[in-house]
Amino acid sequence: MPECAFAPWTDPGAEPLIRFRNVTKRFGDFTAVRDLTLDIYEHEFFALLGPSGCGKTTMMRMLAGFETPSSGHIELAGQNIVPVPPNKRAVNMMFQSYALFPHLNVWDNIAFGLKRDGMPKDALRERVAEMLKLTHLERFARRKPHQISGGQRQRVALARSLAKAPKLLLLDEPMGALDKKLRQETQFELMDIQEKTGTTFVIVTHDQEEAMTVASRVAVMDEGELIQVATPSAIYEAPNCVYVADFIGDVNIIEGAAHRAGDKHYTVHWADGQAPLKAASDKTFSPAQNAFLAIRPEKVLVTAERPADAENTIQGRIHDIAYLGNISTYHVEVAGGRMLKAQTANTRRIENRGFTWENRVWLSWDSTAGVLLER
Amino acid sequence: MRLSWFNITSLTLGFAFLYLPMIILVIYSFNESRLVTVWTGFSTKWYGELLSNQAFLDAAWVTLKVAVFSSTLATVLGTLAAYALVRGARFPGRTLFSGMIYAPLVMPEVITGLSLLLLFIGIGLDRGVLTIVLAHTTFSMCYVSVVVSSRLVSFDQSLEEAALDLGCSPWDAFRLVTLPIIAPAVVSGWLLAFTLSLDDLVIASFTTGPSATTLPIKIFSAVRLGVSPEINALSTLMIAVVTLGVIIASLISKRNFVREQHGSESRH
Repeated sequence: MPECAFAPWTDPGAEPLIRFRNVTKRFGDFTAVRDLTLDIYEHEFFALLGPSGCGKTTMMRMLAGFETPSSGHIELAGQNIVPVPPNKRAVNMMFQSYALFPHLNVWDNIAFGLKRDGMPKDALRERVAEMLKLTHLERFARRKPHQISGGQRQRVALARSLAKAPKLLLLDEPMGALDKKLRQETQFELMDIQEKTGTTFVIVTHDQEEAMTVASRVAVMDEGELIQVATPSAIYEAPNCVYVADFIGDVNIIEGAAHRAGDKHYTVHWADGQAPLKAASDKTFSPAQNAFLAIRPEKVLVTAERPADAENTIQGRIHDIAYLGNISTYHVEVAGGRMLKAQTANTRRIENRGFTWENRVWLSWDSTAGVLLER
Repeated sequence: MRLSWFNITSLTLGFAFLYLPMIILVIYSFNESRLVTVWTGFSTKWYGELLSNQAFLDAAWVTLKVAVFSSTLATVLGTLAAYALVRGARFPGRTLFSGMIYAPLVMPEVITGLSLLLLFIGIGLDRGVLTIVLAHTTFSMCYVSVVVSSRLVSFDQSLEEAALDLGCSPWDAFRLVTLPIIAPAVVSGWLLAFTLSLDDLVIASFTTGPSATTLPIKIFSAVRLGVSPEINALSTLMIAVVTLGVIIASLISKRNFVREQHGSESRH
């Protein structure tokens, strides 16, 4: 996995490319970003993820220079960039609306930034050709933005923002206007281009799948604060709170009282008359502390018979089945009317499944499959 | 949907009401007779007479000068005002300012003319071509501002941000990105100001001096001595110029509109 080879954030000696130091941004009474500290390293593909209004776009606009922090400072390669205007920053941005200049053709759009730098003509032509090649736009160089498709426009915007070889490229919801299939293709293309150019990318998105796919690290934001900053797999497998667990992917949250049951092992009493659930956790919980067991649906096994060797088993009744072709999601009603989701890959034909609506089934998982959270 | 008889009748009535006087004027400009109301035969001789009438030619030259200078000045000022009002940071009283820039649109021309006259007398400016240019700039600037600001409102601000992001100074961003995109609105604003200046009588007569007589003033004073076929010919020419200006202005804004529609359609 590439994450293993590339992880500058684990190296205490590594110099971050971007440092947010206690950055706060207020708009009137509204605090968009609250006392935020964050390091982003060179060559990273960093995703800012959160619902709309969480402050992710404000963070990006502060990096581009369109907003000034109310307090705190932002460093780029060791230099405080807060007083530097946008046109003097080695940062380029790809806008959500693409912001292609409608009166210029594709070639001139890409050359725009280079011309502002007064690049010699030959070098400029070469650079634009290189960008056109990188984004597979050679055939469209002489077209105007309104004469090409949405996906092509997106690539022009990318080529234009990469042309000046910025230290940092900002991408504001870059795939927002593309349909799902094109979006997936573009995500891989984007990762490819990031690898080829070695540019540091910061992407803003509200699409968790997109963030998980492209990013080396993801920062989950809510109400102007960072909730968790970690690799996609860490965010998914080890969320640090219910908010993150719930925001990223599908999850079952079972609330209960945690009791210590050995080293790093706890039992969760979640319903009267039900066996407590076993869960492993590095965190310490005081006796009977309220806790949340987060378990992903795909880690919950559905069986007709009670499995002999599972650590946690709950009996329930199938309330609903969502058939998605490759997988099925079972909504199973358990004690206290609680609904748990379990996901199974449809490796066998649907008629050979041993259970259907209203059947009584067993849900099971291991103590290490879930995460025990304090809040 | 097909036009019903009722619709055809009302359209005919409406257009007749609007254009019959002008059509009669145009027809009679080709009348051979010196008597305006008696048709004797087709002739273009009054156009010939017109071209040899030095007083009319002088007036036409003054009018043209005034129209070109005032509309250009009005376009520069109106565009800047629109830009400041639409794009500028919010400042106290901005709404009041935006409202105030449109006030001359509804102000009676007599009032505008009178107040300008008082101003020019007050500052001791000799009345002539310069004062008419200033007066016309004053009232046509707000028309330009209306046209340009409606374009700026629908303008995606991230285009300017993208220009800044790619290394433009704010002035370069305006010059290289904003201005080319709003150019059609600026041009139609100029044409509007130009035609307004061409046919203005009231404000021009307030602010003119003995040295500068514009065509509308000339026509008005000539008509007081009796309508001549020459005046008809002159008016026909003015109608032609103004019509041409309006058609060009609407074609420019329509073409731009179509292009934008097309652009946003394929974007989604």
